[in-house]
Amino acid sequence: MGAMEFRYEVEGGNFSKAGHASSAVKKILKQLNVDARIIKRVVVALYEGEVNVVAHAHKGHILVNINEDEIGISIIDQGPGIPDIDLAMQEGFSTASAAVREMGFGAGMGLPNMKKNTDNFEIESQVGVGTTVRMTTRLS
Amino acid sequence: MKVRDIVQLLKGRIVAGSDMQDREVQYGFASDLMSDVLTLDTDHLLLITGLANLQVIRTAEMADIMCVAFVRDKKVSPEMIELATENHIVLLETPYSMFRAVSVLHDNGLEPVY
Ligand SMILES: Nc1ncnc2c1ncn2[C@@H]1O[C@H](COP(=O)(O)OP(=O)(O)OP(=O)(O)O)[C@@H](O)[C@H]1O
Ligand SMILES: [Mg+2]
Repeated sequence: MGAMEFRYEVEGGNFSKAGHASSAVKKILKQLNVDARIIKRVVVALYEGEVNVVAHAHKGHILVNINEDEIGISIIDQGPGIPDIDLAMQEGFSTASAAVREMGFGAGMGLPNMKKNTDNFEIESQVGVGTTVRMTTRLS
Repeated sequence: MKVRDIVQLLKGRIVAGSDMQDREVQYGFASDLMSDVLTLDTDHLLLITGLANLQVIRTAEMADIMCVAFVRDKKVSPEMIELATENHIVLLETPYSMFRAVSVLHDNGLEPVY
């Protein structure tokens, strides 16, 4: 199998579309016969990241790279950024709006859960500019 | 227990996946917090929730949750049914409150995750 690359756009605030990238990646990994447990780890992390762009940023895009050994995911957004990443990574920390909470999010669990479900997790952010999350997970 | 037992115990109505009622369910988790649900690593799980929106179905899709019960007759939308059907997720509506649904299922042997 050669390397494959995919790109998905994410709209801030549009909850009805949140999850379309995660859903597409899940279908691709299934087709590649990746173990169901690994697929779940990857798509749960991606979905949390996708929802974070929808919930907290203005817009963004997702780049997915799949090769024989691993999947690499970059989630790049334009938005308010994160002033204190260590604080944001703590379980239970959330600045989510009432509207986001009504959608079932805003528990402050997303970022720690993304880290837990990936083999490598990096986050970079610039206040007033945006946030980039990079995650990789071995596929076997 | 089977999905069909859950439907009966909750006096529920299947709105998606009526052909999958023979599936075995072992654990129950009740929550309206989707990121909390996404931390679970449990197979054969029923999600019981009072939140009825598309993100509940997306969450079930990503977390491989096979069955979702909506309490207090929360109405499942056509978009939710479509997404659930595409992903082979059973959806049911029950008139019971979250508390009653959980107690009935627990009394009948559905196990807690934690
Ligand atoms: N892409 C982002 N842009 C700006 N802020 C973000 C972004 N992602 C996370 N944050 C900030 O970090 C906090 C913690 O994020 P995390 O995903 O852990 O929790 P949450 O999104 O608030 O709730 P949950 O993920 O449990 O639904 C957010 O409340 C927000 O303040
Ligand atoms: Mg989040």
